[in-house]
Amino acid sequence: MKARAFSYFRAATIDQALDAHARAGDDARFIAGGQSLVPALSLRLQAPRLLIDITHIDELRGVRRDGGYLRIGALTRHCEMLSEPLIAEFAPLLHAAAPFVAHPAIRNRGTFGGSVALADPASEFPAMTLALDAEIEIAGPSGSCRVKADDFFLDLFETALQPGELITAVYVPLFKADQRFAFDELARRRGDYALVGCGMLATFTGERVDDIRISFFSVGNTPTRVKGAEATLIGSSLEAERIAAAQAALEGDLAPPDSDEVPPAMRLHLARVLLGRMLGRLGEGA
Amino acid sequence: MSGFDQTLLDDADETVRVQLTVNGRRVACEVAPRETLVDCLRNELELTGTHAGCEMGACGACLVQLDGRAVHSCLMFAVQADGATINTIEGLSETGVIADLQAEFHRRNALQCGFCTPGMLVNAHELLSQVAQPSREEIRDALSGNYCRCTGYEAIVDAIEAVAQARDQGGGTK
Repeated sequence: MKARAFSYFRAATIDQALDAHARAGDDARFIAGGQSLVPALSLRLQAPRLLIDITHIDELRGVRRDGGYLRIGALTRHCEMLSEPLIAEFAPLLHAAAPFVAHPAIRNRGTFGGSVALADPASEFPAMTLALDAEIEIAGPSGSCRVKADDFFLDLFETALQPGELITAVYVPLFKADQRFAFDELARRRGDYALVGCGMLATFTGERVDDIRISFFSVGNTPTRVKGAEATLIGSSLEAERIAAAQAALEGDLAPPDSDEVPPAMRLHLARVLLGRMLGRLGEGA
Repeated sequence: MSGFDQTLLDDADETVRVQLTVNGRRVACEVAPRETLVDCLRNELELTGTHAGCEMGACGACLVQLDGRAVHSCLMFAVQADGATINTIEGLSETGVIADLQAEFHRRNALQCGFCTPGMLVNAHELLSQVAQPSREEIRDALSGNYCRCTGYEAIVDAIEAVAQARDQGGGTK
């Protein structure tokens, strides 16, 4: 349970961090909160030559409005999702998801950017970036760019991030008065990984759904948008039969992996139950 | 200008000097980069009240206060804490800020072997500093990352609830 020996470098700027990574011949890892990376190092699942600490880079901090977006700095800690007023007002889905992320002490260290970068398919925040139609800002040796969440999660722990690149911020479209959101998950024990989890964001005209984005986690190799279910709900007023149709559509949207503990049919059933509950709440104005 | 010294790459496991403020005292120690904070506290500073349990962030025995917030000292390397202010269970005990929690744990037999107790107290201290009157459900939720293998949870929840009520009525320490 001890990490292999490595060198440690504390970067003061993004450029310093990127430069250090390049000089280590890509045999380096960035560390911020480290709440997933440190166990991986301790178990020697990873054994880089160099650890680059990015926690003291001011450019990666802060939450602020930027045009039609909320710019959430990569180093924003999970606990700040609960305490930061701008998050509660303009990204309430993240505020709602935060209490479900691990335990309080983990939330005190873990960072939003780190969670998105790791892309654990069972994690809450990566899936919420999909529901929110967020954009992920990436800095790399060849410059900076923004990638839509829809294009970011590629496969199990695999993202659009290339070696040596760094998430600098996540841009979330500002929550609007005609929008509603819901978040929930089913877990055996509070703080455990969810058996199934889901977040959704819908835009309404009166009681009619004009647009809805629904993202599941813990049901596949990546966070997963359920476009079939979304399509059945557009134009509806979340009537019972339309909700039932959305639940039925999950069969085509989700392909839960086989596991001894939770058979795919059970996970799909739980996803339907969860979706039904959440759409019911959304219809009531949640 | 990069600030990065290439020779660093050849010096893995070379110790580096880390300065911390631990329990109100400024200390310096020499640690290898891979040495976790819990190992530094226990081995270098001989503060053995912080316990190393699972060493992967699941059991909560290693909780300390880092810059005022409860964190797992097994989930960070001591070098990351350079310049930080840390309070361990020893410091929290000496200053008396958790004296009422400790007394109530004792009174209600909320500790059996005591291995998990330092982490439980650090966590309870954090909870009560943020929520003055947590419900039992909130207390359980806050403790969800702390394992007690003696299964003393009920008494632990009782003790924290009792302290919250006593503090609300003006008793106990702040």
